[in-house]
Amino acid sequence: MADYKNEFGVFAERPKVEKKIFDRNKVIAGLVIFLVMVTIPLWQNLGKTVAAPTPNLDTPVIQKLAEKDKKCVMPKEWMRANHMQLLVDWRDNVVRTKEQQVTTSRGRNFVASDKKQYLASLTNTCMECHSNKAQFCDQCHNYVAVAPNCWGCHLETGKKLAEAK
Amino acid sequence: MGMDRREFIRIAGLSTLLGLGGKGAFELLAPGRVEAEIIPAPRSMKAKRWALVINQKKLDDATAQKCAAACHRVHNVPDFINPPDDKLKLNPGVANRYEIKWLWTAHFHNAFPGDAPPHLAEKVEHMSFLVLCNHCANPPCVRVCPTKATFQREDGIVMMDMHRCIGCRFCMAGCPYGSRSFNWMDPRPYVKEQYPGYPTREIGVVEKCTFCDERLAQGLQPACVEASRGAMVFGDLEDEKSQVREYLRKYFTIRRKAHLGTNPQVYYIV
Ligand code: SF4
Ligand code: SF4
Ligand code: SF4
Repeated sequence: MADYKNEFGVFAERPKVEKKIFDRNKVIAGLVIFLVMVTIPLWQNLGKTVAAPTPNLDTPVIQKLAEKDKKCVMPKEWMRANHMQLLVDWRDNVVRTKEQQVTTSRGRNFVASDKKQYLASLTNTCMECHSNKAQFCDQCHNYVAVAPNCWGCHLETGKKLAEAK
Repeated sequence: MGMDRREFIRIAGLSTLLGLGGKGAFELLAPGRVEAEIIPAPRSMKAKRWALVINQKKLDDATAQKCAAACHRVHNVPDFINPPDDKLKLNPGVANRYEIKWLWTAHFHNAFPGDAPPHLAEKVEHMSFLVLCNHCANPPCVRVCPTKATFQREDGIVMMDMHRCIGCRFCMAGCPYGSRSFNWMDPRPYVKEQYPGYPTREIGVVEKCTFCDERLAQGLQPACVEASRGAMVFGDLEDEKSQVREYLRKYFTIRRKAHLGTNPQVYYIV
């Protein structure tokens, strides 16, 4: 048999190393504890169901609208998926620029597909109708665990609503 | 379990087709961005170069204070010196440092340092000058802002995009007029009366006068001009027939620290 060589020297034959875990019980117990700790959030929520959000459209302003005007600036399904993109576009157009360059188109009015114009404004347009932030916005945001910081600055009450009150 | 070559190619091909279909469908359902459908409001005021003339001869102290109050009211500017609630009171040193100002008054020596002759006219000595962002044609604040949160619009307004400001305060160091204020703490509790429809600010952003861009877009004069009872004139510097040009033709005006080369666009009739 050829000499066996490793970083410690040259051996006549492969050195016999005992294959065993020292302190086997302690190590396994430790591993189990570690795994349980790491997965605690899973165990805690096991079997619990979180109710699906049911955004509420019942606000005074929406109730007052005629049946044919009870629609959003864009179709409902589109808004569900893309309202954040719409808001970012509104923001860029109102505050800065088209295409985010330094020169600007600076629009204020959003033209809906039926040619109706709306002021491009979260507070003064969206929140005018959806004045029930907790039921309309927060429910879904909480459900999907997103925390948009729009309302850190933007107020919940727009001008028209404040005047009506 | 193996997969023969034929099957691999079949699955790869199918999934490529599906992938393409998915993207195509996405483009069909949500074509690009929606910004093309945003247009200026019909009433919005336009100019080549906005400028402001302040007629200090017509401006008494009380009116100046009213102008500042009007500006701060419609822009939800917090008041750290006299908070709306006693519980929010800060110690005076802190309050002074935290103070947020868009439009305020200063004496000649502070507003025009170095420009006073040894014996300044008594009237001018005691005058309260209304000072604000000069919307400089050559704005150092814009040059130093690393994020373009402050930028110059093509109509001359030096605009603030609070969404983008990272609060580095380079602009405050760059501005030679102290026109900019930093939000050291959440300003919302310190807003006396929330003005509906205009945002407040968050901790960590810089704010300043924006020449009332939101009012110009609705065809309204700036709030301070409206409150000034004729002592302030706002208009297009490039338009020969504008009131601003008329005033500049008629009266001798001075500007703040014009020697610095910022080309300020707020003119004072003294
Ligand atoms: S006054 Fe200051 S903040 Fe305003 S444009 Fe000039 S440098 Fe910028
Ligand atoms: S504080 Fe904001 S506006 Fe000023 S330079 Fe920094 S990012 Fe720009
Ligand atoms: S122009 Fe508007 S933002 Fe600027 S000081 Fe006057 S009221 Fe305030």
